[in-house]
Amino acid sequence: MNSAAPSLPSSSQNVVAAPSDDKRWRIVGATMRRYGFAPSALIETLHTVQNSFGYLDTQSLRFVARSLKVPLSKAYGVATFYGIFRLKPHGEHTCVICTGTACHIKGAAKLLATIDRCANIRDAETTKDNKLSLVTARCFGACGIAPAAIVDGQVIGNLSPETMEELVRRCLKS
Amino acid sequence: MQTPQHLDAKNGRIVNLDDLKTIAEQEALLKSQLKHRIFVCMGTACQSCQSADVLDSLTREVSTRGGQAECLVTPGGCQGNCAEAPLVVVEPGGQLYRGVAPGDAASVIDSLKTGPVKRLLCDTTAPFFTEQTRLVTEYRGLVNPERIEDYIAVGGYIGLLTAVTELTPDEVIQQVTRSGLRGRGGAGYPTGLKWSTVAKAVSEQKYVICNADEGDPGAFMNRSVLEDYPFRVLEGMAIAGYALGATQGYVYVRAEYPLAVKRIEKAIAGAQRHGLLGNNIANTQFSFHVEVRLGAGAFVCGEETALISSIEGGRGLPCPRPPYPAESGLWGHPTLINNVETYTNIAPIIRNGGDWFAKIGTEKSKGTKTFALSGRVKNTGLVEVPLGTTLRKIIFDIGGGVPEGHKFKAVQTGGPAGGCIPAEHLDAPIDYESLQSLGSFMGSGGMIVMDDTSCMVDVAKFFMDFCATESCGKCIPCRVGTVHMRDILNKITTGEASLEDLAQLEELCDMVKYTSLCGLGQGAPNPVLSTLRYFKDEYMAHIIDHLCPAGVCAGKGQDIRRPACVL
Ligand SMILES: Cc1cc2nc3c(=O)[nH]c(=O)nc-3n(C[C@H](O)[C@H](O)[C@H](O)COP(=O)(O)O)c2cc1C
Ligand code: FES
Repeated sequence: MNSAAPSLPSSSQNVVAAPSDDKRWRIVGATMRRYGFAPSALIETLHTVQNSFGYLDTQSLRFVARSLKVPLSKAYGVATFYGIFRLKPHGEHTCVICTGTACHIKGAAKLLATIDRCANIRDAETTKDNKLSLVTARCFGACGIAPAAIVDGQVIGNLSPETMEELVRRCLKS
Repeated sequence: MQTPQHLDAKNGRIVNLDDLKTIAEQEALLKSQLKHRIFVCMGTACQSCQSADVLDSLTREVSTRGGQAECLVTPGGCQGNCAEAPLVVVEPGGQLYRGVAPGDAASVIDSLKTGPVKRLLCDTTAPFFTEQTRLVTEYRGLVNPERIEDYIAVGGYIGLLTAVTELTPDEVIQQVTRSGLRGRGGAGYPTGLKWSTVAKAVSEQKYVICNADEGDPGAFMNRSVLEDYPFRVLEGMAIAGYALGATQGYVYVRAEYPLAVKRIEKAIAGAQRHGLLGNNIANTQFSFHVEVRLGAGAFVCGEETALISSIEGGRGLPCPRPPYPAESGLWGHPTLINNVETYTNIAPIIRNGGDWFAKIGTEKSKGTKTFALSGRVKNTGLVEVPLGTTLRKIIFDIGGGVPEGHKFKAVQTGGPAGGCIPAEHLDAPIDYESLQSLGSFMGSGGMIVMDDTSCMVDVAKFFMDFCATESCGKCIPCRVGTVHMRDILNKITTGEASLEDLAQLEELCDMVKYTSLCGLGQGAPNPVLSTLRYFKDEYMAHIIDHLCPAGVCAGKGQDIRRPACVL
């Protein structure tokens, strides 16, 4: 077990240089600074990287691992342990289908089958033209309006296969 | 909002009960100057039905008519009947409008003069509203969750300031113990006992953690509470900090709840600004800080030791207990972990006394419990009832029963470690012990209703698949056992299983239950065990007749060995 306290400030002289002059690295740097570059800031930092760049690649994992002084293997282990992190970019649009209990009972499988039929993709896949990515999640707390999905950040409830088809076609076109 | 005069002098810091009173009076004055207040729910379900647009168009409608001075349009909290989102409440009068569209703004504002808009009106005399007891969801929806003054106007922070200025830490713990409050995260461990263990531990540093990981699929009570009452959760944590001698708290919340994260972060900043978090609270020696930590989509991180590993920045792997977090938790220091709803109950307990709380509920299960009612039931949404209420009352009176003339089959409680309770036990009271004796579990409060369109073998397979995917892989019984059980259940649903397979499934249930490291594996067999206990005939129909009685694994009367297309 790690015995260091969370706020233990590490010396800021040896801050690791960002991989490029992309401005988004500054946001990542700000998160790490907020936590005093403590190793325990790993998950928070990876969240920031993913929110800024859309996914985690080897370069960003290396940068975060070196900055927070954790082994790369640990950064990789954390990135692959948690379901939210992805190592590949998503397409232009993202559709998250809930496969939690309430949505399962109310027909989430039919929504998945609809997407497979219309866009020919399954869980964690992206269409060939890079328009749409499909992911599944286990409940995002919208069970009162099951079956639910999140399309490009927007929660949509009480979905029928027909509405789903319309949503998918719209994503594929735009 | 203007700050009261004498508060300005203290940089807006609120340091005693008089300050709270001043703010409450100011709020009352403001309220009395308004003829109408219109609350638009800004919870997850309502926002998904464009309630933000409804709020905008109502605000615009009021200002074009020049009525801002006497009519306030404000964001509000969850009304509970999420199935009818978006919801709008008009005060005074308490008319509840459902399914409001932005285009309805003019009618709603007209109605202030001409009387309620009948076509949008919800019947608030229905059992869904009258049969609930609101304690955790007190003032439901009628407090703006982003304004600390709104919270103070309804008695907020009296608990914390009373505790810090008038009670000793021991007295606080005594009140919590007397209240009989038990943990709302699932297992129902007595909260007072947990607090006194951490209080007794000797250490320079102690931590208070709020478990807002709410991983059970089909449960959203904690999300709703965090979205609507973020200040109350923080107040409960600060009271715990004072009682235990802890100075640092963490709220571990799942990243899947962006709105809850936003609200709690805003509330932390607001409480800090008013001196209700931070150094020298109420000008005493007591300091308490809170930070948010985000989960990242791992169910096992709801388990307390896994949650601690996650806050430390690592993979969420559970550890064997003892030592319990109360002795050695975060960074090896004594740590209190309670659920969101547990903390929410603390401020009213301190405000009204433990004995007041102990009057609600049953002998061993005190207080109320919120449940997320979903699945095949008419009124889906958030409900709160005293412990000891029967399942029948929740599902049939409050929930309105199963829609479309279907027949109730079972209710699933307790998440992936829980079980399915059949119709013959609907009159059982809901408390920790009786749910356990029925082969289920209180869990955090998900309640998913199933009717004759659900196949119970499919449901068991669903949960086993969940556990197999979410197993962290640290211990073998859970990692390998859940996969084997899922494979057998899969074979059953495709008509390829034999009675030997069923016997092996039962044997595996026993083995995984008693040899797994943490609650995930120990609870994983429960959905199988409970469906075997109450619905063995459905298993037999699949194995012997190759039929799925509910028509899920294949169409009704069709041989499941030739699976039909799901569409
Ligand atoms: C697999 C697993 C998942 C859990 N998930 C949660 C959860 O999402 N929320 C929660 O409060 N407790 C959860 N718990 C229970 C916690 O370990 C812990 O008992 C609880 O947070 C204690 O708080 P309480 O005493 O207020 O109930 C989970 C336990 C296990 C084994
Ligand atoms: S089960 Fe789908 S949102 Fe909860």
